[in-house]
Amino acid sequence: MKPAPFSYVRPSTLDEALAVLAADPHAKVLAGGQSLVPLLSMRLAQPSTLVDINGLSELAYVRTDENGVRIGALARHADVESDADAWRVQPLLRQALRLVAHPTIRNRGTTLGSVVHADAAAEMPAVVSLLGAQVLVASTDGRRTIDAADLFIGPLECAVGTHELALELQVPALGRRTGSAVDEVARRHGDYALCGVAAVVSVGESGAIETVRASYLSVSLTPLVLDLSEAFVDGSASDANLEAAAEIATAGVDPETDIHATADYRRHLAGVLTRRVVRDAYTRAVAPDPEGAR
Amino acid sequence: MTTKRFGQRVARVEDERFLRGRGRYVDDLAADALHVAVLRSPHAHARILDIDVDPVLDLDGVVAVYTYDDLSGAMAEPLPLLIPHPDLTQGRTQYALAKDQVNYVGEAIAMVVAVDRYVAEDAVGKITVSYEVLPPVVGLDAARAARDLVHDDVPGNLAATSTQATGDAMAAIARAPHRLALDLDVERSACTPLEGRGTVAKWDVDNGRLEVWSSTQTSTGVRAAIASKLGLDLAVVDVITPDVGGGFGVKVVHPWPEEVLVPMAAMALGRPVKFTEDRREHFVSAAHERAQQQHVEVGFDDDGRILGLDVEIWHDHGAYIPYGLIVPIITTTQLLGPYKPPVYKATFHSLYTNTVIVTPYRGAGRPQGVYAMERTMDAIAAYLGKDRTEVRSVNFIQPDEFPYDQGLIFQDGKPLVYDSGDFPQMLDKLKALVGWDEFPALREALRAEGRRVGIGIGCYVEGTGVGPYEGGHLQVETTGKVKVSTGLTTQGQGHQTVFAQIVADELGVRFEDVEVVTGDTRRMPYAVGTYASRAAVMSGSAIALAARSVRRKALELAADALEANVDDLEIADGVVSVRGAPGAQVALGTLAVLSNPLRYAFDEASKAATQFSVGDPDKVPVPEGTSPGLESRDFYSPPRSTFASGMHAVIVETDPDTAEITILKYAVVHDCGRLINPMIVEGQIHGGVAQGVGGALYERMAYDEHGQLQNASFMDFLMPYVTEVPHTIDIDHLETPSPLNPLGIKGAGEAGVIPSAAVFASAIEDAEGLTITRMPISPSELYDLRRTHAGSDPDPVTSPPDARTEPDRPPRGRHDQEDS
Amino acid sequence: MTSQPEILASDALHHVTFTVNGAAYEIDVPARRLLSDALRQDVGLTGTHVGCEHGVCGACTILMDGRPVRACLLFAVSVQGASLTTVEGLGEPGDRLGPVQQAFKECHGLQCGFCTPGFLTTITAGLRENPDPTEEEAREMIAGNLCRCTGYQNIVKSVLRAAEIRRESGGA
Repeated sequence: MKPAPFSYVRPSTLDEALAVLAADPHAKVLAGGQSLVPLLSMRLAQPSTLVDINGLSELAYVRTDENGVRIGALARHADVESDADAWRVQPLLRQALRLVAHPTIRNRGTTLGSVVHADAAAEMPAVVSLLGAQVLVASTDGRRTIDAADLFIGPLECAVGTHELALELQVPALGRRTGSAVDEVARRHGDYALCGVAAVVSVGESGAIETVRASYLSVSLTPLVLDLSEAFVDGSASDANLEAAAEIATAGVDPETDIHATADYRRHLAGVLTRRVVRDAYTRAVAPDPEGAR
Repeated sequence: MTTKRFGQRVARVEDERFLRGRGRYVDDLAADALHVAVLRSPHAHARILDIDVDPVLDLDGVVAVYTYDDLSGAMAEPLPLLIPHPDLTQGRTQYALAKDQVNYVGEAIAMVVAVDRYVAEDAVGKITVSYEVLPPVVGLDAARAARDLVHDDVPGNLAATSTQATGDAMAAIARAPHRLALDLDVERSACTPLEGRGTVAKWDVDNGRLEVWSSTQTSTGVRAAIASKLGLDLAVVDVITPDVGGGFGVKVVHPWPEEVLVPMAAMALGRPVKFTEDRREHFVSAAHERAQQQHVEVGFDDDGRILGLDVEIWHDHGAYIPYGLIVPIITTTQLLGPYKPPVYKATFHSLYTNTVIVTPYRGAGRPQGVYAMERTMDAIAAYLGKDRTEVRSVNFIQPDEFPYDQGLIFQDGKPLVYDSGDFPQMLDKLKALVGWDEFPALREALRAEGRRVGIGIGCYVEGTGVGPYEGGHLQVETTGKVKVSTGLTTQGQGHQTVFAQIVADELGVRFEDVEVVTGDTRRMPYAVGTYASRAAVMSGSAIALAARSVRRKALELAADALEANVDDLEIADGVVSVRGAPGAQVALGTLAVLSNPLRYAFDEASKAATQFSVGDPDKVPVPEGTSPGLESRDFYSPPRSTFASGMHAVIVETDPDTAEITILKYAVVHDCGRLINPMIVEGQIHGGVAQGVGGALYERMAYDEHGQLQNASFMDFLMPYVTEVPHTIDIDHLETPSPLNPLGIKGAGEAGVIPSAAVFASAIEDAEGLTITRMPISPSELYDLRRTHAGSDPDPVTSPPDARTEPDRPPRGRHDQEDS
Repeated sequence: MTSQPEILASDALHHVTFTVNGAAYEIDVPARRLLSDALRQDVGLTGTHVGCEHGVCGACTILMDGRPVRACLLFAVSVQGASLTTVEGLGEPGDRLGPVQQAFKECHGLQCGFCTPGFLTTITAGLRENPDPTEEEAREMIAGNLCRCTGYQNIVKSVLRAAEIRRESGGA
């Protein structure tokens, strides 16, 4: 399984990279390569040119302030996962990254790369959708920001144009009195999830639930975000409310059957995991525990 | 006093090179070789109308392209059918390159030889083939229904039907107080070693010899096949098995198309040629195993004692049948396990499908047989409301009944006679090891916490040390080093260590001075291969015999040299000495010199040797009936297999919500006779259990209705990582020595994987209270079963025969056969 | 107006320099040459094995600037200037086995040896990061590597024994 021939360039400046992308619509960006290289080796993708941005070291950063976390295009999953400031300000990043493949893959794969790969079975597209993140992209025409809600337009298809380079992922901070959690069921440890749920729960000063939002992996063609707040009108995380939230989830997801699981089972998992994850997020919202991630 | 090595946990000599990255696997060899890529059929069933290779020939770096039209003589004939059988009346094998038809996705059509694999793959992509696509036959139901045929001249897609019986089983069942029928399913899996197949060939022009390295389990088999296909004398073909990255059965098949095509190209091109398959190729062009449908009818008494057993098996053999009927023969014979049904009839039907060929995978049909028998035992227990171990116990062959003749012919063509074993003791050990009697209390305690657990059990008997023979060659060099070789091969079993342990003890030399080579036809050209858990028994015995021969010769030579009585001599650390006479000694290396009475002294050792008188000057230097050298070549050929046995138990937990299955405890009691190296035996069990876990809970070849394998990669064919296997495996040994070989040993290689499907089905059933008939099982499938069960007969096990079927599936029994 | 960087044609050879196990190498390879193949063929170190070429089995795992990465998911051209460690570089002076290698030998952590290099590099880096793992952490450390022979039991033991050996010899 060797790749078909491709031309290769390793730009030393961002402008050089953008110039190549502008000139060749069949060029592809190589950052982490953990998703792209297998596609090349299996000859499922045959780009004309590979634009290797690993030389643009100025894009390797994780910067955190009280507004959120900004993740550069060359920040590896491992860098984001281990970043203490990022963990403090937006714990859902590390909570989700721990579920992404295996540590060796995370040493090379980039978080932004995973987002723009736009696989609805992956963790990061669901997380950025839930958090309302934004992606900053650049091209020879200038720069623009794409909201997560507008980013995923189809299975493995995102709104970043062939002439554009995704530069930075901007993830908002987790609000005050807000807890996050994520869980998934996979066939083997580290596999793509059969179904996964990430949730964010905000509570009022009294600890009463105000908003509950969840996003789903592997149960739709593009990342699905559901507002579950209407199940928590009385503000409590009662079993009845969690069950009602689970029902919204099972009604809202649109999974498919494949060789690993039936649509019915995935739908069932969406409900089960919604209950578990919302409860965990609520627990963290009312009693924040910095070490609370699994 | 030298420590005995037999029975010791000796660290492996192989590790020294493997750990440093100095293993020599086939792709590591011949850096100067040309590389091969193969065009493989994208269709499961199609006629080839035209192959256009012209666009390829001018590509930079392409050296040659071959299709069927380039093959002649024996190469143009189908690949051999390795193990004929009188019932195999419709055997079909493929051509090295497809002739006019392809019968599975992955079948080889054309071979490109180029400067590297990248260019070779580019070239393969440029070959155009026009096909007439034909409807594929996928799965046993389609094969049986035979609306379409895999091979036009094989009616009903039936390669063979074969029956063995010890009496009128159906009559015995009809007479029995109780009867049950079961319909069971096992799905396809595969060996999937981490290293795929590979072959390197060099034509040595100067010596007129063909040298071949192949990642194989049988170097002598490959050699014979290559010689035959290429029209070469056996004497000019050498096959060397390099380090092999796992086999598990798939590499005993030979010759693969590439194994004959690569030497052919090497000779034609006058350059070394190398084929290293990639992972996708291994999935679609190596071999699979396990898929069967089974129908069991059993009659039994109030104690659960089986009075009659009738089994019918439908075996999916894939598109061709190069390995013959071995797998289903093993299923139907080893199905009996440790039990003694008085009347037994087993029939199997071997069917073709348009899928990858089916050849042995560790266990080789035995797991399926154990599955059928153990599911039946569980069903009997459930029906009678008895403990599952009690029901098994009343059916056991008792220790005083050995040797026990089951009245059938086994896969080696010999009578199925169990030589030794102790099943009651084994069961007692297993129950103690897993905590069988304590489990009900554990279950209750966990149920109070909302947790759901179950315990399962599986028993098996394994015919190991299968003939016809293996050989051992042992030579003491003048340096005192002991060079040993046997012709079968190694894929991680530690043969270099284990056989050196035997030699160290038998000959009286230091373990460190023994060097073992396996799988090299230059060193030992008479051999069969590594399969059927036979290496330790067969080669171990042959090597022991060779060591004993050399020991005898050494003692005779030493008696002469030391002017002592043979009975007063002993050998330790490579030195022969006279008991109670310090100073009277001679090294084996010196004896090696003496044994080869050359005229010329070529080094210090041979000069020094002349200080001894070499016996009577009137004696002939090399007496009749002897030969020069301190060496011997001996063979071991058993009267029949020697029977190992084992019992496994597992405690699983199932998640009430997600249906995920977790292993809480796994216990193995194992009898492989005397253990040469317990560390290695345990390692084999660990590995087998892991493959068993994979096969029971994760691995399944997912073919779609077009015959496309949907999970031809490690992403979607789910082999277990460390996180999927039990945290610990509790192992206890039993040793009932084999009376059939000089070392009293039995095979251990396959043990870990044999009862897995049965054991997990048993445990999950116990946890869930629903019937499991199909394995493997995933959480999604368990979830479906739960929902089906919630709506149907709450006690399905007690239904009369023929009514006990799965929804949407008509009863399969002999009615189908009569209709078709 | 930015100048276009030089895009080499697909069959062009790229000159790549990097170190492997402390020794400097310069190779000329097409862009599509996978690092796994470059190490095995162009550098001539065949200890790194190829099991799947899609990043799942881990047999090809090497250390790049100290971190485990899949060599089959990297192109040789992408490691320009990097410092690589392969299984051949894990030993001690005098061709002695390093602590992880030694532990594997003592604990029978390998059978056919094909997956072993990937485990050795992964664990070497893992123990640098976490020198005193619990059994659960040891399991997690090797959770991304496939083995078909050993069933993993003795590999987990090898991780814990390697940690012990490192402690006994004053850490490495």
